Amino acid sequence: MRFELNGQEVEVDAHPMRRLLDVLRVECGLTGTKEGCGEGECGACTVLVDGEPVCSCLVPFAQAGGTSVVTIEGLGGKHPLQRAFGDHGGAQCGICTPGMILAAVALGPNPTLEQVRVGLAGNLCRCTGYEAIYRSVLGAYEAVDDRRPAAEAPAVGGGSKADGGAAFGTGADGGRSDVAGAGRSRSNGSGADAGAGSAGKAGL
Amino acid sequence: MKTALGDLELRQPRTLDEALAMLRDDGPLLPLAGCTDVYVQLEFGVMPARRFMDVSRLRELRGIERMDGGGLRIGAGATYTEIVRAPLVAQRLPMLVAASREVGGVQIQNRGTLGGNVANASPAGDSLPVLAAADAVVVLRSAADGERRVPFTAFHTGYRASVLRPDELIVAFEIPPVEGEQWFRKVGTRAAQAISKVVFAGVKGGPRPRIAIGSVAPTVVRAFRTEEALASGASIEEAQQVFGEEIRPIDDIRSTAEYRRRVAANLLRRWWVGQ
Amino acid sequence: MPQPAVAADDPSPSIPPTPAVGRSVPRKDAAEKVSGEAKYVDDLTLPGMLWGRTVRSTVPRARIKAVRLCFDTAGFTVVDHTDIPGRNVVALIEEDQPFLAAGEVRHIAEPILLLAHEDRDTLMAAKVEIDYEILPPVLDMLASTEALKRLSIDKGDLEAGFAEADLVLEGEYRTGSQEHVYIETNGMIAVPEPDGGITLMGSLQCPYYVHKAIKPLMDLPGDRVRIVQAETGGGFGGKEEYPSLIAGHAALLARKSGRPVKIVYDRGEDMWATTKRHPAIVRHRTGVTRDGRLTAMEVDVVMDGGAYVTLSPVVLSRGCIHAAGAYRCDHVRITGRAMRTDTPPNGAFRGFGAPQTLFAVEAHMDRIAEALGMDPVELRERNALRPGDTTATGQEMQEDCAALDVLREAVERTDFHRKREEYRGTGRGIGLSLFFHGSGFTGSGEVRLASRAALEATETGVRILVGSSEIGQGTRTMHAQIVADAMGLPYEQVETALPDTAKVPDSGPTVASRTCMVVGKILQNCAAEMISRLGGLTPMEYARRHGPLVVSQDYVPPGDVKWDDDTYKGEAYAHYGWGCNVAEVEIDPDTFEARCTAFTAVEDVGKAIHPVLVRGQIEGGSAQGIGWALNERVVLVEGAMANATLTNYTIPTTLDTPPMDIVIMERPGKHGPHGAKGVGEMPIDGPAPAVVNAIRHAGLDVREIPATPEVLMAAAPSEEAACASS
Repeated sequence: MRFELNGQEVEVDAHPMRRLLDVLRVECGLTGTKEGCGEGECGACTVLVDGEPVCSCLVPFAQAGGTSVVTIEGLGGKHPLQRAFGDHGGAQCGICTPGMILAAVALGPNPTLEQVRVGLAGNLCRCTGYEAIYRSVLGAYEAVDDRRPAAEAPAVGGGSKADGGAAFGTGADGGRSDVAGAGRSRSNGSGADAGAGSAGKAGL
Repeated sequence: MKTALGDLELRQPRTLDEALAMLRDDGPLLPLAGCTDVYVQLEFGVMPARRFMDVSRLRELRGIERMDGGGLRIGAGATYTEIVRAPLVAQRLPMLVAASREVGGVQIQNRGTLGGNVANASPAGDSLPVLAAADAVVVLRSAADGERRVPFTAFHTGYRASVLRPDELIVAFEIPPVEGEQWFRKVGTRAAQAISKVVFAGVKGGPRPRIAIGSVAPTVVRAFRTEEALASGASIEEAQQVFGEEIRPIDDIRSTAEYRRRVAANLLRRWWVGQ
Repeated sequence: MPQPAVAADDPSPSIPPTPAVGRSVPRKDAAEKVSGEAKYVDDLTLPGMLWGRTVRSTVPRARIKAVRLCFDTAGFTVVDHTDIPGRNVVALIEEDQPFLAAGEVRHIAEPILLLAHEDRDTLMAAKVEIDYEILPPVLDMLASTEALKRLSIDKGDLEAGFAEADLVLEGEYRTGSQEHVYIETNGMIAVPEPDGGITLMGSLQCPYYVHKAIKPLMDLPGDRVRIVQAETGGGFGGKEEYPSLIAGHAALLARKSGRPVKIVYDRGEDMWATTKRHPAIVRHRTGVTRDGRLTAMEVDVVMDGGAYVTLSPVVLSRGCIHAAGAYRCDHVRITGRAMRTDTPPNGAFRGFGAPQTLFAVEAHMDRIAEALGMDPVELRERNALRPGDTTATGQEMQEDCAALDVLREAVERTDFHRKREEYRGTGRGIGLSLFFHGSGFTGSGEVRLASRAALEATETGVRILVGSSEIGQGTRTMHAQIVADAMGLPYEQVETALPDTAKVPDSGPTVASRTCMVVGKILQNCAAEMISRLGGLTPMEYARRHGPLVVSQDYVPPGDVKWDDDTYKGEAYAHYGWGCNVAEVEIDPDTFEARCTAFTAVEDVGKAIHPVLVRGQIEGGSAQGIGWALNERVVLVEGAMANATLTNYTIPTTLDTPPMDIVIMERPGKHGPHGAKGVGEMPIDGPAPAVVNAIRHAGLDVREIPATPEVLMAAAPSEEAACASS
C-alpha cells in the first residue's frame, strides 16, 4: 500500500488491520513514535495524518493508504518546537515528547496559552506538570536572538476551564463565537511538506 | 495489542451501495470508521468481532447540511472535529458542539464519528444525551429495505444494544429545529479525556422542556416524565423526585450510584432553576 | 546557550570557561529526545530476538495444582521455577519474593510461567490454564497480623507532654495507593552471552540493583552479568526494584532459548502487576497549648506492604521519620508497621513514605488550628523547626533549616490571609502545607551503600562513569555541570558514559534524592583527584600523551552525621530540603468536583545546579501530587487494580493542572556540591495536604485522599430531597 511518509512516497506491505503505530515503528523502522497505552489515551503515539494529529495506535494501516503521514522524524530535528522543547525543559524523560511536539505542530505558530492547553489535552506527560511544555510551545516561535534564559522567565499563568455547564442562546448567531474561540487553529502546512527544506512552512 | 492480527479481516467498500451489499451478502461485518472504540477493544483483547468493514471513506456518510424546514442533517461519518468546526451545528445545535469538544483529546476528536458513538451504544457516550434531547432521528439503510428512520430515543434497547440490524448502516442523523435554550454538562473523571460519570443535555424555553441524561442507566435516558412534571408546573423538588425514578444508576469503577443520583438531581436543578 | 569557542585540545588558560553550575545549560539528552532518535528498550531489536510473556496468577492466594499448556508448543520456550539455575529469590532487603511462583501464589498477578516465541501474535494467543486450590486471602492491612517491619521513634516523655497540653486532638488520615504512570512501560531485553553470561538492557533506575538480583538467580559471578540502561521513559520509583523481576524473567527465557528475548509490558499489565505507592493509615494524637505550642505528638503509621517485603521496611522508615512534620516538639512517639497482605507488593514511589505521613500531619495541623481558632499560618510559625531545634529523632537543625523562610515567602506571595478571608463562603478555598524532605538514604544507608564514582580523561575531555541513571530528571546534565566546574572545563567537554555495569562503578541507586547531593559530591572529589594526577596538563593533553586516565573516589561519610539504627536516634539525613505549598481550589456545589485553580510552591533545594531542571522537578512532582490528591484512585478488587487502564486511572491532563508559581530557594547545605540538597522527591510531599486544607477552608472536612467528588459528597451536608430515590 502506498502513502506519503515524511514527504516521501513509500510502499509498505502489512496487514490492513495492523496499527499504523506498528507499521511506522517496525515496517518503516521509525521508532520515534512511541506507544504509551495502546488505548488512545496518552497521545505518545501521535502522528499527523493529512496535517491532523491522531493516535496512531487507533488507526488501521488500511486507512493510511493515500494519506500523508508525518512522524517526529519528519521534522528533521530543527523545527522551532524541537529546539524549544530542549531549551525550556519541555522534554524530561522524552517518551511523550515526539507526540507532544507533533500535537503542538498542529496548533500552528504562535498559539495562545489556552489553545495550547486545549490542543495538548490529549497528550499525557508525567514528568513536567505541563508548565515547561507550555513555555516550550509559547517560546518556540520567539526570535532566536530574543531568547531569555528559560529559568528566569516568570511562571506561566493559565486560563481556567469554565465548569458551570455551557448555555447557548437560540438566536441565529448563538454559539458561533464560541466555535471561533475553541482554539483549534490549525497548521497551515500540510504533512506533505514536512521534511528537509520546509523552512517556508511556519507550522512545520 | 492482545488481539492477534492473523484472525482479523478488513473489507474496504468504495461506495455505500457496495458496503450495504457486503453487509447483506458477506456479513457479519462490524463497520468501523474512526476506530476509537474498536481498537481499544482490540487492544484489550475483548473485541468479539473478527471481520470488519471500513466505512471511513464512504462519501455518502459525510457532510453536515441544512434540511428543508430548518432541520440539520449530520452524516454518520462526521467527526467531532468536523462538528466543532461546522458553523451550521454551532447555530442550530450548540450543545452538540459542546459535547464534541469534551470527547477525548484532539486526536480522538479528529477520528471519532457521531455514527460510531451512537453505534457503540455505550450509555456513557457523550453525544447521546444531546441527540436524545434534540429529538434526533437515526437514518438507517440496508440493501434489502432501503432507508428507515428510527427516533433516537427508540434506537438503543439496552446496554450496548440497539435496533440496528447486522445488514444495516447508520447513514445520518436528522435533527429538527430545536426551539429553546440548549444546555450541556458532562461530569467526567477529570477535566479532559474523561469518561462521563453523568452527562446531561437539556432544552428549555421552547414549547416544552427536554431532558436527556447518560451514564445513569443501561441506555441514555430521555426523562419524559420529568419533562412532563416540569411542563405542568411541578416544583423543582417534585421534578427531582420524578427524575430519580427515571434513572437507574449503578456503582462501577468510575463512581457510585449514590453520586450519580445526587449529581443528576443537582444538575436538573442547576439547569432548570439556574445556580 | 553562549559558550566560549575553545578548541578541544587548547583551552586557553587565560579565559576560564563560564561556570556551568547555576545556569540552565543545554540538556545533554535534549537533541536525541526531541528528534525521536533516543532509543528506549522497545525501540531496540536484535537478530533472532524472541518476544517474552509472563503468565500470572488470577487469584490472590492459592496453591497451584496444575499448569496446562493449551497450545502447540512448537517454537515456544517455556520456563517455570524448575528452570531456575540459581536461587529463586529476588535479592533486595529480604529474600522472600520468588521470581516465579513455586507451588503457591500470594497475590494476584504473581508471575508463574514464562513463554517466549518469535511471533508476538502467536505468543499472545497461547492459552495457559492453571488450576488452583484457593486459600483465604488477607487483603486488608488492618486485618493482617503479619508485620513486615515495625519500628518506633521516641523523644522526651509523651505523658509529660500531654500533661502540659490545654487541648488534645486526635485524627485518622488515609492515603490511597498511587500508580506511577511513567509514560514508557517497563521493558527489558536479555542477551545470552557465549561465555554463559547474560547481558540485560532495559528501562530501569538502578543497574546495580538488577545486577545484585540476577547473580544469585542465574548462579553467575558478577563479571558474567552485565546490566545496561536503555533510555528510560520515566521512573518515579516505579523502576527502582521491579525491573529486577523483569530482568530475571528475560534472562531465564534467554538462557533456555539461547536467543535474545524482549519483554515489554503493555499498559494494562504494567498497571495491574507492578508496584504502587503504599496505602497508609496514619493516626495522630496531639497535645497543644491554648496559644498553639505543640506539647506532645503521638503518631501511629500503618502501611500496606503487599505480599513480599521488597522495600517496605525503608519506605516505612522514611515515612515515620517525617511523620511529625517540620515541627519542633519535645515529646514525640512515632510507631509504625508495614503489614503483609496478599496483594501485589507496594514499592518505591517518589517521596518513599514521606508523602503519606506528611499528608496526615499537615491535614492534622489545620484541624488543630481550627480547634484552637487560630490561623493555620500562625500555628505553623509557632512550631516550625528552626536552626538549633531537634527533630523527632533528635537531629539538630543546622543553619540551612528554612522552614520559616519558605512559609513566609509562600504566605506573602500568595496574599494568603486576604484570600483566606475573601474566599470564605464562596465555594473557593485556599490552604497550605509546610514540609521537609531528607536527602539521600536514611540513617546509615549511605555508609552501607559505599558508593563509588569515577572520571576518565579522554582525548576530548572527561567522561563521567557512574551507575546513576538518567530517567528524565537530568542526571547526565547536572553531573556534567558539577564536573565541568570542578575541572575548570567547558560543559561541552564533559560527557557521561552509559550506565553499564561492565564499565561504570556502583554509584548507588538513582533514588532518594541522592544523585546530586551524594553522587555529585563524589564526582567533585574525583575531579579534585584527577586534577592532582594530571600534573598541570589538561585531561585531553594527558590522554594524548599517556593514554586514558581513570580516577575513582568512594563516598566519604560526613563526620558529624551520627545515626543509631536500633534506637532511631540521630542524624536521619545529612540534609533536608524545605517546602511550602499553597493550593487554591474551587468546589462545584452540584457535582462536588474540586478543581485546583492555582498552585504555589516555594522550595529550598540548597543550590539549584540547573534551574530549569529543578523547576521541572518541582512542577512535575507538584502535578503528580495534585493528581494523587484529587483524581488518582486505584480501585482494588481482590487486592488487584481493577481500573488498570489510562482511561480509568486518571492522571492529570493539561486541563486538570493548575497554573503554577514556583520559587526556588537556596539555603546551602554543608555536604552537597555547591550546597545542593535533594529535589527529586520533595515536590510531591506538599500538594495533597495543601489541596485538602484548601477543601477544608471551603467547608468540607475531608481526611483522606484521593479526595474524589464521591469523597467530597460524603463530606458535604446531605440533601434529603436531592437524594431521594424511588
